[in-house]
Amino acid sequence: MTAIQILIDGFVISALYGLGAIGFTLIFGVTGVLNLAHGGIMVIAALVGWDAANRFSLDPYGAAALGVLAGLIAAYVTYFVVIRPIQRSKRIPADETEIFILTATLLWGVMIQEGMAYLFSDNPVTMRPLLPGVVHILGDRTPVNELMIGVLCWVVIGLLWLVVYRTRFGKPLLAASENPRALGLLGFEMSNIHLFSWTIYGILTGVAGVLLASFLGVSSASAGGLTASAFSIVVLGGLGSVWGSLIAAYVVGYMETITAYVISPQLRPIPALIVLVLVVYLRPQGILGRR
Amino acid sequence: MEDPQLEEDQMNPTKRIRKLTLGATALGGLALGAAMPALAADSGPIKIGVIGEASSVAGASIINAAKLAADDINQAGGIDGRKVEIITYDDHSSASDAVSAFKRLATQDKVAAVVGSYISEIALAIEPWSGRLHMPYITPGAASTKITAAVHKNYKMNKYTFQGWLNSAFLAQSVCDFGKDEMVGPYHMKTAVIMSEDAAWTKPLDETYKKCLPKVGLKVLDEIRFNPDTTDFTPIFNKIEGQHPDVIVTGISHVGVRPTVQWHDQQVPLPMFGISSQASTSTFWKDTNGAAEGVLTQTGAAPDVATTPKTMPFAKAYQAKFGDSPSYVGYAAYDDVNAFAQAIKRAGSTDPDKIVAEMEKTKMVGTTGTVQFYGKDNQYAHGLEYGKGKVTGLFIQWQSGKQVTVWPEDVANGKMKFPSFVKLTAATH
Repeated sequence: MTAIQILIDGFVISALYGLGAIGFTLIFGVTGVLNLAHGGIMVIAALVGWDAANRFSLDPYGAAALGVLAGLIAAYVTYFVVIRPIQRSKRIPADETEIFILTATLLWGVMIQEGMAYLFSDNPVTMRPLLPGVVHILGDRTPVNELMIGVLCWVVIGLLWLVVYRTRFGKPLLAASENPRALGLLGFEMSNIHLFSWTIYGILTGVAGVLLASFLGVSSASAGGLTASAFSIVVLGGLGSVWGSLIAAYVVGYMETITAYVISPQLRPIPALIVLVLVVYLRPQGILGRR
Repeated sequence: MEDPQLEEDQMNPTKRIRKLTLGATALGGLALGAAMPALAADSGPIKIGVIGEASSVAGASIINAAKLAADDINQAGGIDGRKVEIITYDDHSSASDAVSAFKRLATQDKVAAVVGSYISEIALAIEPWSGRLHMPYITPGAASTKITAAVHKNYKMNKYTFQGWLNSAFLAQSVCDFGKDEMVGPYHMKTAVIMSEDAAWTKPLDETYKKCLPKVGLKVLDEIRFNPDTTDFTPIFNKIEGQHPDVIVTGISHVGVRPTVQWHDQQVPLPMFGISSQASTSTFWKDTNGAAEGVLTQTGAAPDVATTPKTMPFAKAYQAKFGDSPSYVGYAAYDDVNAFAQAIKRAGSTDPDKIVAEMEKTKMVGTTGTVQFYGKDNQYAHGLEYGKGKVTGLFIQWQSGKQVTVWPEDVANGKMKFPSFVKLTAATH
């Protein structure tokens, strides 16, 4: 029975990790920004969704939609208020822009965390399951909501693939991640591409936050840990590589789940961290990294 | 030697006057500053410091309840005509923040006593400072037995510290007593697994669980201690279920929402009872979206049960002022401020040694029972006394959005009820 449970739990947790990390790696690949407020945006989506559900007595889907919207707005605020002024500032030397953005997003993440703790306390909240009840799979009792979350993650990842590889809006994104300068020379308006990537980022991260809240619960204190987890998955997979991130998410997700079930829940994050250290030593560019 | 300053001042009268005024103000300020401690001791408001965890569910009640206690004392005329003033700090659940707040309260705010923190690790960090600074201190919720053991072992140094809520050994005892009456009795349960968060307060809790559960007829199959940062409880419930116990006995306070929601969503077919501190707050239902249905916890008092004549008026006033009902820590913090106020009144002074001597004589009807502290020869020196006629706490269960008191029988206002996925295994054994 445990084997089946590990398979199912590992699948869903990895899918959530993957969804959370994809936005992080996408925004780095396309716009060069390492957004250390990433976890904060997930937390905003989760807490606003949860609060709206209680405040306006919404059904789980309405609440989830509002949560995703909040995530999108938070992503826009991050871009327009925190990042763009630094990118455009003439007083910051071009070669220091990256470190300024890194610091700014780190501080912004702390501000979000403290702000959310002030508004909602640091107590974890869980959003109502999208589908209640349990099903029995080969004798293993699994919440329907958990399966639904795994499926939803992959639907969103699939949609992302369609947008990026199959639409005329998406192709410039790919190009921008390869060679932003050439794209600019070809006459593409980079700020439009950036705005588009932040839109996708906001939706992805909002969905990840809402689904996480519905599965395991989220608190304002989760922000730092969520950023760290996305960051290590992305480093493991290769900075900027979407597929690498997905593979890394599954490596980390399954290692954690197997450790928790077979060895001890206390040691859950340890083996994945060891692997991360080894990868940084032996293959610094990550699983599918280009550099 | 000629003073050039004087010469300059003589030449410029306006400047001189300004300088004089400044000097006078500074002198006055100094004099005032020097006079302040004496003033604080003899007249003016009596200050009581409060350190709380404003953004945690249980800890948020500390500051609110202490303010309410001061309001009530002041409305009744204060302490011999002197008002009680509450000075509050949020320690953000950090021991170093709490210690700096404590030092500030003692040295700058010049309070007479401090009520602070429900977290054992934090109370244990404050305790030595309470000794060094001779500052009477009481924790309204920290349950570790180490707090009172330190008072017992080194009374001279640590006598300024009191424990205003039942320690873990007593908490565990009351859980065992409940288990005997409500689980072993009616359902003939025979086996249990202990599930506790890894923290200072659960060490003595689990120790006592392991001793007293078998005595009431519940064999302990396993003790699972998990990291308070745990997000996914599926493996833990999975492991527990694999051992086929009749019931889960909990020791959780820093966590609460996650294990409860996952127990409900995964439909773990075992009932849970024990300490689940967050479930004692009225917001727990909303925080868990109703997954709390059927959850049992020991707590200090319930808003609708008149444990003493003081319980319901306090709970009602708290609810009216802050919108939700107090956690167990809130009841204790309210009692602790009152205990200090009465000790200061009896001592007729804010001298710390006199306050401690009077605190030791406390016999006060509070919101959770009759508040008394063990003497210095007891292993739980300065700990809240447990037992019938003193403080026992009670058990509540969440039922359809309401906390129903189910134990002890003389104050119970409802019967236990569990959600349909919970299998009460009486028949199978």
